[in-house]
Amino acid sequence: MSAGVHIIAAPGDIPAPHIEYGQLAPMLIVFGVAVLGVLVEALAGRPWRYRIQVPLAFAGLLAAFVWTIVLAWRHEPFHVAAMGALGVDGPTLFLQGTILVLALVSLLLIAERSAAHFTAQASALPGSEAEQQSMSAGITQTEIFPLMMFAVGGMLMFPASNDLLTMFVALEVLSLPLYLLCGLARRRRLLSQEAAVKYFLLGAFSSAFFLYGAALLYGYAGSVRLSDISAQAGQGAGGETLLLAGIALLSVGLLFKLGAVPFHMWKPDVYQGAPTPITALMASCTLVSAFGALLRVYYVGFETLRWDWRPAMWGVAIITMVVGAVVAITQTDIKRMLAYSSIAHAGFLLTGVVATSRQGLSGTLFYLAAYGFTTIGAFAVVTMVRDAGGEAAHLSRWAGLGRRSPVIAGVFAFFLLAMAGIPLTSGFTGKFAVFSAAVDGGATPLVVVGVLASAIAAFFYVRVIVVMFFSDPEADGPSVVVSPATATAVALGLTVTVVLGVLPQPVLDLAGTAASQMFVR
Amino acid sequence: MKAEGIQAVAWLLIALPLAGAAILLLGGRRTDKWGHLLGTGMSLGAFVVGLAMFVQMLGYDPEERRRTIHLYEWFTVGHFKLDMGLLVDPLSISFVLLITGVGSLIHIYSIGYMAEDDDRRRFFAYLNLFVAAMLLLVLADNYVGLFIGWEGVGLASYLLIGFWQHKPSAATAAKKAFVVNRVGDLGMVIAISLMFATFGTVSFTQILGEGAHHLGMVEQVGQGTATAIGLLLLLGACGKSAQLPLQSWLLDAMEGPTPVSALIHAATMVTAGVYLIVRSGPIFELAPDAQLAVTIVGAATLLAGAIIGCGKDDIKKALAGSTMSQIGYMVLAAGLGPAGYVFAIAHLIAHGFFKAGLFLGAGSVMHGMKNDVNMRHYGGLRTMMVITWATFGLGYLAIIGFPGLSGFFTKEGIIAAAFDKGGTSGMILGGCALLGAAITAYYMSRVMFMTFYGERRWEEDVHPHESPKVMTVPLMLLALGSLFAGGFLVLGSFGHFLEPVVGGGEAHGFHLITAPGIAAFVLMVIGVAIAWRQYGARKVPREAPAGSFLTVAARKDLYGDAINESLIMRPGQWLTRLAVYFDNKGVDGLVNGLAAGVGGTSGRVRRLQTGFVRSYALSMFLGAAVVVAALLVVNV
Repeated sequence: MSAGVHIIAAPGDIPAPHIEYGQLAPMLIVFGVAVLGVLVEALAGRPWRYRIQVPLAFAGLLAAFVWTIVLAWRHEPFHVAAMGALGVDGPTLFLQGTILVLALVSLLLIAERSAAHFTAQASALPGSEAEQQSMSAGITQTEIFPLMMFAVGGMLMFPASNDLLTMFVALEVLSLPLYLLCGLARRRRLLSQEAAVKYFLLGAFSSAFFLYGAALLYGYAGSVRLSDISAQAGQGAGGETLLLAGIALLSVGLLFKLGAVPFHMWKPDVYQGAPTPITALMASCTLVSAFGALLRVYYVGFETLRWDWRPAMWGVAIITMVVGAVVAITQTDIKRMLAYSSIAHAGFLLTGVVATSRQGLSGTLFYLAAYGFTTIGAFAVVTMVRDAGGEAAHLSRWAGLGRRSPVIAGVFAFFLLAMAGIPLTSGFTGKFAVFSAAVDGGATPLVVVGVLASAIAAFFYVRVIVVMFFSDPEADGPSVVVSPATATAVALGLTVTVVLGVLPQPVLDLAGTAASQMFVR
Repeated sequence: MKAEGIQAVAWLLIALPLAGAAILLLGGRRTDKWGHLLGTGMSLGAFVVGLAMFVQMLGYDPEERRRTIHLYEWFTVGHFKLDMGLLVDPLSISFVLLITGVGSLIHIYSIGYMAEDDDRRRFFAYLNLFVAAMLLLVLADNYVGLFIGWEGVGLASYLLIGFWQHKPSAATAAKKAFVVNRVGDLGMVIAISLMFATFGTVSFTQILGEGAHHLGMVEQVGQGTATAIGLLLLLGACGKSAQLPLQSWLLDAMEGPTPVSALIHAATMVTAGVYLIVRSGPIFELAPDAQLAVTIVGAATLLAGAIIGCGKDDIKKALAGSTMSQIGYMVLAAGLGPAGYVFAIAHLIAHGFFKAGLFLGAGSVMHGMKNDVNMRHYGGLRTMMVITWATFGLGYLAIIGFPGLSGFFTKEGIIAAAFDKGGTSGMILGGCALLGAAITAYYMSRVMFMTFYGERRWEEDVHPHESPKVMTVPLMLLALGSLFAGGFLVLGSFGHFLEPVVGGGEAHGFHLITAPGIAAFVLMVIGVAIAWRQYGARKVPREAPAGSFLTVAARKDLYGDAINESLIMRPGQWLTRLAVYFDNKGVDGLVNGLAAGVGGTSGRVRRLQTGFVRSYALSMFLGAAVVVAALLVVNV
């Protein structure tokens, strides 16, 4: 009792933290909207919820994005914020801006009502009475909006985290809602739920690695701040084993999130099982966010140790590119194929990370933005191709789509070509940026493997195009359902993919400016 | 010096026919009714502009006649800046007048000649395109601009040779012309690249210098470089001007409509090589070896063309052989340096008139003979088509060098200049030129006698008749050129007119009576006499007799195609087959094997994806162990 009184009575012991609200506003807005969303769920009547949640989410993301631009516009020298817990700097703002825009596009898919991607009632057993009833009652699951906002908030925080504990919190904040969202698919619910459980179990497993790594690093440096670890390592204070094992385990936690081999196993299963809009969100925003965190950790915390971690990262990058490209060849499900494609792209992106240079950083930033739009566009097209059982995700069902809906098939073909890295698409510019940075960073063998993997990857992209355009359509083939929101998402993805391929310079400059200030410490 | 007045809008020369081509091609069928008139009008308009420019030029002092027009900065890459501009000087204006003058006459003639053709509009569009490209070729003030025109005329030539593409022979001939010209163009491209590498510019003014004394950058390079550039330019010239060894396409090019043969494959385009050599004179003057090569090519071609002309029964092919031969004369003269330039250009212009006249005359004959081209089916046409006979006859007299007519002055000049070169080479070259003159007299007389004299050999259903006015008036105008052009140029002050460009000073004097001149006259009479004995006095069989070895060789174009086929085509085909075989067995095997390997690997690796979380977790754990081990091992 007296102790408690003592704590309360002595305000000087725990100083109120100094928070730079201005710099943290994008995250605060998103989190605030998420909390508001929960309140809406609790207070608003069912018919009103969708009508309130969607504009709220859009407004929140948009406001956060505008604020991010303003922050980037001001050209003030960056420094760490919130007592060193967060760093808001050039690369972070670029990443946050990218995440927010990609989240806006994903939201278009998630908010799509006509397609009904989400189950009416998550708790109802698949195929049960309860599910039938809730569906016929026209119930929609509006909790997905606050869940998504929490996830996006976590994603914004993840690359901004300047110490390992904050980063862990951000990781969990972004992961937990995603686990849940993965299990909410309306069709093939068992697959969806299985995916959610797998993702959750493996995610927990990887979080343990991350936390263990953080603990070891704290043991080495006596601090969880990246700059402190860096400084300590720079002095060569002994206990190298502790440091290196810490780096390795921390890396495992991060590499899991971006799906690098051999920590990629969850990706095909989860991408396939999750509702496609959520897959799009994960394939774009989560990837950007995870890479942002990886970049910060390696560029701020372990930069002085790059000779130690580079060989292992080389290995991971090579095996990621090769396995992603090779295994994708035999996939027969479009979403699984895109998942493996995403794995291969994570490998390409890792070559930019391994470069450990400003050029590598800016190249990676550009690649992330470019790939994010392309992949959202591709998944958006996947949501449009439907038959009686929902999305027709099996590749054989896409046969002859080019004749039935030449525009949609053409757009999808263009996304695939962009992923393959054909010139005049954003994929080419992005790959060129990271590969040239890697060559300058002395990682030429890595780039050779990357180019070979791209060649293998081109095979399965083109195979889909061949199936769409050069095989006879099935009699009862899927039809293309075009609705305004999804079409907008596709159009945005297409526009960015084209513009970043034909006129990439402005965005390259932007990424270059963002990277020129590097991360704050 | 900057151009003023009408010369400042010299771009109109190119723009007018180009606009014509664009309107006719883009306008499509809507322009069918008046398309030919527009095309002709554009060509005439260009002629008027050219004439005005010429008159303006005559008003300037000789040293001030070189005028440049800067159009725009084309592109800048690093230190390489390419300005697009035009150069109006006595040399280019001579060509402008020839191209637009003869070109306009041929446009007018084509109105009648192509009247029955459904695609007359397209024909005129291509003719306009040709005129525009040719004018760019001669007006550009740099080698890249020249090359664009060079390729443009090549394109127009291709389109026009294959104009009747429904005929397989025409399509093949067009392709052949295109392919053979690519070989020459390669020489041009390399030459231009070499010039850029050496001088850092492709501008005439900077490389070749200005005025008769030149003083361009070319003076500063070694003889080796100059020789290399010269030989490469010669290769380009050989392709376009059908000189040995790239002559084979010209005879086949006669598959095109006759006005095309007259305009492109006799009067203008095929002389582009001569223009190139004369324009690049300062380069060749620094490279005696290249000059010698030019004269050898010229001499060899003038004999080869003449011999081929002797063996052909197809009137157009006989004239084509003659074209080769006459351009051989010009190239020979161009290789003689400043002493020969004026005669080369004078012969070129005179030839442009009389050869166009001869071709159009041949076209007029064919017009009246149901498009039959075999001279063995003609005979005695003199009374049937008097105007054609008279104009063709004047052209004939001009080309064999009958005293007083065009060809006499220009060809004599070339023969004399060749002998003036001195030394053994001068004697040999002069001898070749003289021999060529004799053969020319023979084969042209053969054409004349077989066509217009002797007994009538045509079929019952053929009713020879004179062509309409729209065709005969151009013939008459061209005949005037055959009569007077040569004398006007050589006896007039053409040499002094060109002197600011080509130099040469006093070398251009013409002596009416010289030893080579007398020899040429005697040889000409002998040539005509032999032809009369064989084709005038004797009966001409309707079927070609077997003929001697030389006749057979001449009929087969001196085995030019056979040589090309055995030396280039067959080995090329073998190479292709080898490449295909290698591609099928080697590359495809490798690629398919690789693909199968990757696919198999993919299938096997895929099995690792069992769907069980426990095995996923295990692989993560093992992976983590490997990463930790890797970091620790590296450090140890």
